Amino acid sequence: MTSSRATKIDRLASVAARGPEYEVGPEGRGSENGHDAGVSLAASAWRRLRRNPVFIVGAVVIGLFVLLAVLAPFIAPHDPALRLLEDQVSRANNEIPPPQDGYPLGGDQYGRDLFSRMLLGSQQTLLVAALATVIGLGGGLVLGTLAGAFGGWVDSVVMRIVDVLLSIPSLLLAVSIGALFADQSQFTVILAVAIVQIPIFARLLRGTMLSVRESDHVLAAKALGVKRRAIVFRHILPNSLGPVIVQSTLVLAIAVLDAAALSFLGLGAADDSTPEWGQMLGNAQDFFDSQPHLAFWPAGCIIVVALGFTLVGESMREALDPRQRR
Amino acid sequence: MLQLALVVVVLSVLIFGWLRMLPGGPVSALLGDRGTAESRAELTEALGLNDPIFVQYFAFLGRAITGDFGTSTGVSPGKPAMELFLERFPATIELSIAAILIALIGAIPLGYLAARRRGGWLDNAGVVGSMIGISIPIFFLAFLLKYFLSIKLGWLPTGGRQSPDIDATRVTGFFVLDGLLTREWDAAWDALKHLLLPALALASIPFAVIFRITRASVLDVMDEDYVRTARSKGLTRRIIRDRHILRNAMLPVVTTVGLQTGALLSGAVLTETVFSWQGVGQALAIGFERKDFPVLQVVIIAAAMAYVLVNLLVDLSYAVIDPRIRTAQKVS
Repeated sequence: MTSSRATKIDRLASVAARGPEYEVGPEGRGSENGHDAGVSLAASAWRRLRRNPVFIVGAVVIGLFVLLAVLAPFIAPHDPALRLLEDQVSRANNEIPPPQDGYPLGGDQYGRDLFSRMLLGSQQTLLVAALATVIGLGGGLVLGTLAGAFGGWVDSVVMRIVDVLLSIPSLLLAVSIGALFADQSQFTVILAVAIVQIPIFARLLRGTMLSVRESDHVLAAKALGVKRRAIVFRHILPNSLGPVIVQSTLVLAIAVLDAAALSFLGLGAADDSTPEWGQMLGNAQDFFDSQPHLAFWPAGCIIVVALGFTLVGESMREALDPRQRR
Repeated sequence: MLQLALVVVVLSVLIFGWLRMLPGGPVSALLGDRGTAESRAELTEALGLNDPIFVQYFAFLGRAITGDFGTSTGVSPGKPAMELFLERFPATIELSIAAILIALIGAIPLGYLAARRRGGWLDNAGVVGSMIGISIPIFFLAFLLKYFLSIKLGWLPTGGRQSPDIDATRVTGFFVLDGLLTREWDAAWDALKHLLLPALALASIPFAVIFRITRASVLDVMDEDYVRTARSKGLTRRIIRDRHILRNAMLPVVTTVGLQTGALLSGAVLTETVFSWQGVGQALAIGFERKDFPVLQVVIIAAAMAYVLVNLLVDLSYAVIDPRIRTAQKVS
């Protein structure tokens, strides 16, 4: 009896795991369960995705924010680190600069231009999410491949540790990782968010690899005397990446939200001259009663970005999971 | 049970390693910034840090089994971390139970209705709403509720578990239950009002997740042959719904509720902080800020064990819900 979260991840892995016959492209053998005859799983999934409004909305949202992040340095009217409106800040009266000419959203608690900070914040936020996901994915790939490729006691040891990490609530795990760093920076946040994701990726990949390992083409490769290393890296691993890629999209959303939660708890850099939405939201909590709009702007952007990644990830998962196809 | 034992063993190794990896090592972790060179040396000897590592590990294990995790250094200085934890634990349980009840009572009927009228406005609104629900940072939702309902409108208290002017008798540590048991209706009502907003904020993610699982699961079950058979036998809709659809659709839902324990505990750290709820989650947030490692240790161990225990109970409850599992176990 393994922990149920692990079982769920395994089930997801086995559902999405398919032999290579599904991935050989339109000219290939086609799927065995009848529908979309002559089309690979990936191609038919893409065809369904293209028509799915949920996916389109999510993809457009993500596309816009990425575009914004790229263009931000050119359209931001002011330097986000400069306290241009400092003379309008009054600590005693809880006053911050209101919207005015050249400053469409006004200033923040230090008199810096909120509009420019919001624009440039998209860069850091997307960067934090992407880095955390990449590191989590990388760690998960290494552990999952180890367990899935070797099986036996390596699998047992790796998976026991993974199971325990899965049973610690994610935020608690992230905080305990954050506590290990004497000097905190934005990188601490990235690392904490990433490490929490490693066991999930590892479990998912290992489950998929175990089912792919049983498929005919691996048996054929074994019979031909292909070396284990080649079997793992050329036959099993490439065919096991589908669910992991879908999961990465969902993790991008989780990373944006977790980074904000960790900033709220006080993890992360004390220096906030480079704006990041999660950090801006975390810092805005102190002024929430008097200046709620300082929190509304970053929170709104975080919600929309997280929603975008969730929409894309969920529609990808649905498209790849034949059971949910209705 | 084996799973629980394994988790505890591996967890103890991880925590043991974690304490040694902390900046400054376990001595700084236990003493905080207050340590002098003398007290540090004394504690190093007393903790047996000069012993071989496996001796140290078993000593740590021995102390942990007796519930001795050292004294709190930041949250409530001088108090044993275990005592602090036990004091605050009922508050978090109360909050989590309230949240999961809100989620269950709201999300299961909604999920069922959404599945029955697939593609209808309720279904579409529910699916979109649940995706938005999991995309809102939970502490921001808590702030929103607090700002509009407590500060602007003044309908509900802004934080805490009980108004200070109410002198309630404590029996169980669950304030609402206490009020009911001692028949202090004022106290129970007051505690309930304090409970509502944090519980709502905490319920948001389980609500969204349970809604989606119920919907998907009911959709699956509705296509099953036995539902068609029941319909063709001329059973009433109500009997089909209660006996055939809902009962079979509940299995994945129960699993999900177990899985949400972890999300609830993570969320509790954030909601408890926003609403100054004197629970374990708030202790963790404060403990992290003030580097109170004994408290962090207890909370992490307890959270992991609670998660595994709840999921063990969930696994056991399958036998009650699903007769197939019961008979399968008898046969084997």
